[in-house]
Amino acid sequence: MDLLVNQVLAGIATGAIYACMALAIVMIFQAIDHLNFAQGEMAMFSTFIAWQLMQWGVPYWWAFILTLIISFAAGVIIERVLFKPLAKAPVLTNVAGFIALFAIINSVAGLIWDFTIKQFPTPFGSSPFMGSQLISTHQAGMIGVTLVLLILLFLFFRFTRIGLAMRAAATLPESARLVGINTGWMIALGWGMATAIGAIAGILIAPVVFLEPNMMGGVLLYGFAAAVLGGLSSPLGAVIGGFLVGIFENLVGTYIPGVGNELKLPIALALIVIVLVVKPTGLMGRTVVKRV
Amino acid sequence: MSTIQETVAKTDAAAVDAPPKKSMALGRTTSLVMLVALLIVPLFVKNFVIFQLTMLLIYGIAVLALNILTGGSGQFSLGQSAFYAIGAYAAAILIEIGNVNYVLTLPIAGIICFAVGFLFGFPALRLSGVYLALATFALAVAMPQLLKLGVFEPWTGGVQGLVVTKPDAPFGLPISQDMWLYYFTLVVALVIYIASVNLLRSRSGRAMMAIRDNEIAASAMGVDISMYKTLAFGVSAGITGVAGALGAIAVQFVAPDSYTFQLAIALFLGMVVGGVGWLPGSLAGAAFIVFVPNIAEGISKGLSGAFFGVLLFLVIYLVPHGARQGAIYAETLLHKLRRS
Repeated sequence: MDLLVNQVLAGIATGAIYACMALAIVMIFQAIDHLNFAQGEMAMFSTFIAWQLMQWGVPYWWAFILTLIISFAAGVIIERVLFKPLAKAPVLTNVAGFIALFAIINSVAGLIWDFTIKQFPTPFGSSPFMGSQLISTHQAGMIGVTLVLLILLFLFFRFTRIGLAMRAAATLPESARLVGINTGWMIALGWGMATAIGAIAGILIAPVVFLEPNMMGGVLLYGFAAAVLGGLSSPLGAVIGGFLVGIFENLVGTYIPGVGNELKLPIALALIVIVLVVKPTGLMGRTVVKRV
Repeated sequence: MSTIQETVAKTDAAAVDAPPKKSMALGRTTSLVMLVALLIVPLFVKNFVIFQLTMLLIYGIAVLALNILTGGSGQFSLGQSAFYAIGAYAAAILIEIGNVNYVLTLPIAGIICFAVGFLFGFPALRLSGVYLALATFALAVAMPQLLKLGVFEPWTGGVQGLVVTKPDAPFGLPISQDMWLYYFTLVVALVIYIASVNLLRSRSGRAMMAIRDNEIAASAMGVDISMYKTLAFGVSAGITGVAGALGAIAVQFVAPDSYTFQLAIALFLGMVVGGVGWLPGSLAGAAFIVFVPNIAEGISKGLSGAFFGVLLFLVIYLVPHGARQGAIYAETLLHKLRRS
């Protein structure tokens, strides 16, 4: 029984990271209807920035906040410079753009920081959480930070003017424009926020998977799985999907013999395919009706 | 309320820019010139260059396969590296463990990949462009780990991979192994190229292009959408598998980490550079992915990814139709010169 509880809690902790990634993916998907294949690499790069700041002697939480600001700005700039001109282009061109971004970021990170594995500090420590053996303080910290983030996002979208404008621009761009919302900037804002959320995910997971340019490959795949499971059009669904996928991954790894770390990615692949086949809209997504 | 909201919100852009009304193949004269060049060049260069030219043809086949899928039927795949890997492993295992003749491994690899592609495509094809890109992306990322699995290790050699022996020229022909392999690959590439051109000109090809241009209109005209989409996916995977098998024989080595997502990026890039939907462009795209990394690595190690990415951005901004645009430009220029 202890094993089960332990695995579920650990699953929730990694699920928190998947939830962040899924949230970042969904935010961009809602804004521009495309999947950002470079999301993981962007998060990886942000994490490297945080690491670099800490190497320079910036304290953890200052580095954390600075990284978020830098990531936000970078996200806005990437949207303005690279993807705004592609807004009306065919899907293929957009996919090509994301792939190009993926390749550039991965290669540049390797160029600047090397492909060697680096330790990443955690501010929470790794001792047992509140005297219980079930969960470490870092895992508890991961869950805590994610929950705070989610509450802040919820408040932002529910109670602020600009949050409302962003929701309007995502659901009904034409009408939003008619009532005076600058939809272009709302998209850029979405990109910035998604990049910052991705940065949080990267910084939280880095102590676990260690820092290197390819560290987000698996996390991104699970983020996609979570986003698809929750429904690509629902941020809440993405979060729930993230936690579910995290728990599922851990339980499968524990209870099905032969499925260890080496099957991590194939499991994500299977999850994505199964969800897309059985319920393409995900748990909470809207059905897309196409006009003939 | 919700129905109105969604029908308005989703204005579907076409998946792929429809190619202009140009044939998807080259004219007869140009084809012959190209063929003669491909036949003669290896006689005058060193063995290493011949090896590179062989890889050029092999990647050309792989890019062509992707081009049939994307340019022909308007679907995306970021998972071509997975089919390439399956083809390569099929050939390597058959040659090294099954003692099968290397010529025979090509059709077998093709059939295996066709089956895998067909099966994978079957569920994935109920999905629109982005979702298919996602599913194939997951396949490409997961593939190296699948190949490393302990269960398959007796056949795949696990992380270490397999060494493949290079075939000698048959009938006692007095040419080097590299040169023989080049001409062998050239024949295979030609057969596949001609078959692909004919496929796209056939009834099935027209059906695929109808789906690419307007899915709803195509289905209204009685085109079996899921059938043709799956077929295109299977054919593309099969051809990629043949390319993978050739690649395994040419490189003499297969290992899980040769077939990462980077390879899928390279093939995708090759297609975009060569021009989506223009089959001869596949060779231009392949030349790009064979030679550009060498140049980029020469400038700084590990830079090829960034170089690829920047060039990809340049292509989609400046020459969205890739090499085809260049070819059309050259053609009109020739016409003008002839008239004056």
